[in-house]
Amino acid sequence: MKMDINDFIKNFASQFEDTESIDFTAETHFKELNEWSSLTSLVIIAMVDEEYGVKIKGDDFRNSTTIKDLFEILKSRL
Amino acid sequence: MIINPFSLERKTILVTGASSGIGKAIAIECSKMGATVVITGRNEQRLNETYMQLVGNGHIKIIADLKVENELVELINRLPEIDGLVNVAGILKTLPFQFINRLDLMNLFDVNFFGPVFLSQKIIKARKLNKGSSVVFISSIDGPMTAHIGNSMYSASKGAICAMVKNMALDLAGKKIRVNCVLPGMVETPLIFNKEITKEQLDADMRLYPLKRYGKPEEIAYAVIYLLSDASNWVTGTNLLIDGGYTIS
Repeated sequence: MKMDINDFIKNFASQFEDTESIDFTAETHFKELNEWSSLTSLVIIAMVDEEYGVKIKGDDFRNSTTIKDLFEILKSRL
Repeated sequence: MIINPFSLERKTILVTGASSGIGKAIAIECSKMGATVVITGRNEQRLNETYMQLVGNGHIKIIADLKVENELVELINRLPEIDGLVNVAGILKTLPFQFINRLDLMNLFDVNFFGPVFLSQKIIKARKLNKGSSVVFISSIDGPMTAHIGNSMYSASKGAICAMVKNMALDLAGKKIRVNCVLPGMVETPLIFNKEITKEQLDADMRLYPLKRYGKPEEIAYAVIYLLSDASNWVTGTNLLIDGGYTIS
């Protein structure tokens, strides 16, 4: 599978209801978004599993700040 | 002589899911109350660990995966006549509703619902559940009472169990078989420490309990002992809530 960060950002952004897509970039500090919560974290875990077949853990969020950080974790497990 | 209405002396009790967590604690505590215990589980090594901790003699261990038809049949063939059945075996799968799928949902219902329901039925059909027996199902607060994020599939299976229990209680009353449910809040077992939920999230959840902690497996076992014992002879079709006050807060 071709891993493109822009696709990942798009998939990431589409899980959010109230945050505009334009607010999502590789450098977005996602945990600082108003909409970030336990539920959105579960949604992202499920999205990554469904779209990329990769298991990420709750702890992976703790170890990342930007969307790019998360993307790097994802890539390392492909 | 002191008569203890909570004693399980001269009772044989089958406990499923006895290789870890709540099932393990139930098996051990029942043996301490004088029961002869039959334990079953999928993992031989962990089932042995439970077996070694049982108090007294004459206990039986049977390795079985209740999802596998011939293992279920074998379990029932080897089973002695019993006075109590505790259905504990269960699994958890956390997924937000928009991501649930048929495979995961079927798997959850196989283990949490169909497994215990048909085990109970087959034991009754094989006439191995004595008159005056007690059947206990471990449900959850999630499903019959509460909801938590990502827990829809598990909750549905536990809600289904509670509905089944009430109707089993009616249909089996003629055989003097009592059927009840225990609804635990969060209990410190391997089941709840899954990779989707962080330690911080669990700690935050724990603070929502008026008693400020999760339950211990033994604290569920004591409720089960009550429902298995003659102390609860007039109790059937009920839900016994053990939740550290979670649902009143």
